[in-house]
Amino acid sequence: MASLDDLKKRIASVKSTQKITKAMKMVAAAKLRKAQESAEKGRPYSEKMNNVILNLSSGISDKENAPKLLSGTGNDKVHLCVVMTSDRGLCGGFNSNIIKKAKSYFSKILSEGKELKIITVGSKGNDQLKRMYGDKIIENISFKESKNANYFDADKVGKIVIDKFESSEFDICTIFYNQFKNVITQIPQAQQIVPLNSEDSEDNTSEESYEFEPDEDEILSNLLPKNISTQIFKAMLENSASEQGSRMSAMDNATRNAGEMVDKLTIQYNRSRQAAITKELIEIISGAESL
Amino acid sequence: MSEEFKIEIVNPEKSFLVKDDVSEVVVPAYEGEMGILKDHISIISFLKPGIIKILSKSGNESYYIEDGIVEFKNNNLSILTSSIFNIADMDKSKQQDLLKQAEEESGKEEISDQSRYLIDQKIEVLKTLN
Repeated sequence: MASLDDLKKRIASVKSTQKITKAMKMVAAAKLRKAQESAEKGRPYSEKMNNVILNLSSGISDKENAPKLLSGTGNDKVHLCVVMTSDRGLCGGFNSNIIKKAKSYFSKILSEGKELKIITVGSKGNDQLKRMYGDKIIENISFKESKNANYFDADKVGKIVIDKFESSEFDICTIFYNQFKNVITQIPQAQQIVPLNSEDSEDNTSEESYEFEPDEDEILSNLLPKNISTQIFKAMLENSASEQGSRMSAMDNATRNAGEMVDKLTIQYNRSRQAAITKELIEIISGAESL
Repeated sequence: MSEEFKIEIVNPEKSFLVKDDVSEVVVPAYEGEMGILKDHISIISFLKPGIIKILSKSGNESYYIEDGIVEFKNNNLSILTSSIFNIADMDKSKQQDLLKQAEEESGKEEISDQSRYLIDQKIEVLKTLN
């Protein structure tokens, strides 16, 4: 049985932990609102971009000579995976969910005998992946300095991907991120960005013909690299909203758990205090009786 | 029948500008300046560094732009860009900064002819602003 002093100390320590988790929850809630807002504001751009590309690729006459970023290299031997995680921990299952999704994809690729290359964005993903796939990680990017997701950072990642594609270091590129649904649910996503996967949105291509200036090929070859950065940026925005949402609910849970623990410890403390008093009384009474 | 159409300018962070009483827009398209009026044919084109002029009932506006894509369809003009500045809000020092940056870049040896062309364009436009 822990002594009264020990119990007192534990209660105090749990209480101060609760204070911290509560503060973190509040901070996450405030950041979440901002992140969610910018994720929503960023959507029109990526949607418009997608539309333009769809319209363009449906208008392209010569499929054989289409830019490689659209049609692929024709191979699927080397897979590049961009795993996007956060730089900070204490956000519940946020990072583990992405890693889990990524790992199952990795093992599928490796069992098919294909080559795997990994770029990690965010230090937490790197920490978790380097033990198992350390030799596969070719690059680790982290944006610890920048407070919010910004396009400039996304463009940097995009440029790396495009550089590697142009020097034909990979055939297929997939990005992993958490899509923000609501505070409680974030869905880990695997999205293929090279070659562009247009199957899922085939239905909204319009029949209308466009005039192009300069010609389709030139526009496409200029647009596709931009689209990669845009998709990565979208993933970053979704990720940062998801991270805050996930942290908020994790910290909410932690605060509640700490509260329960304080209650339990307080009951224990009171019981043992009372037990001590009773014991003392018994001692006094039995001492008086023996006289 | 009104002669107005809708314009939407979006950058990656947000929807930058939405207006639906626009009568004419002049954009610096890749192959020269292009004026867009209502019922223009559907078109997709690129922008090079330059100035977008928007003429509308609620007042005319000009924006400095460094790159972008323009799409016109069903009297909806969408401009996607990652770098756009309202000229009215741009002060001299900002212009000087951009100009300096562009000049530094054009001083580099290893850039391709195409990007050199774009940078030269940028410098020219920025100089006319000053």
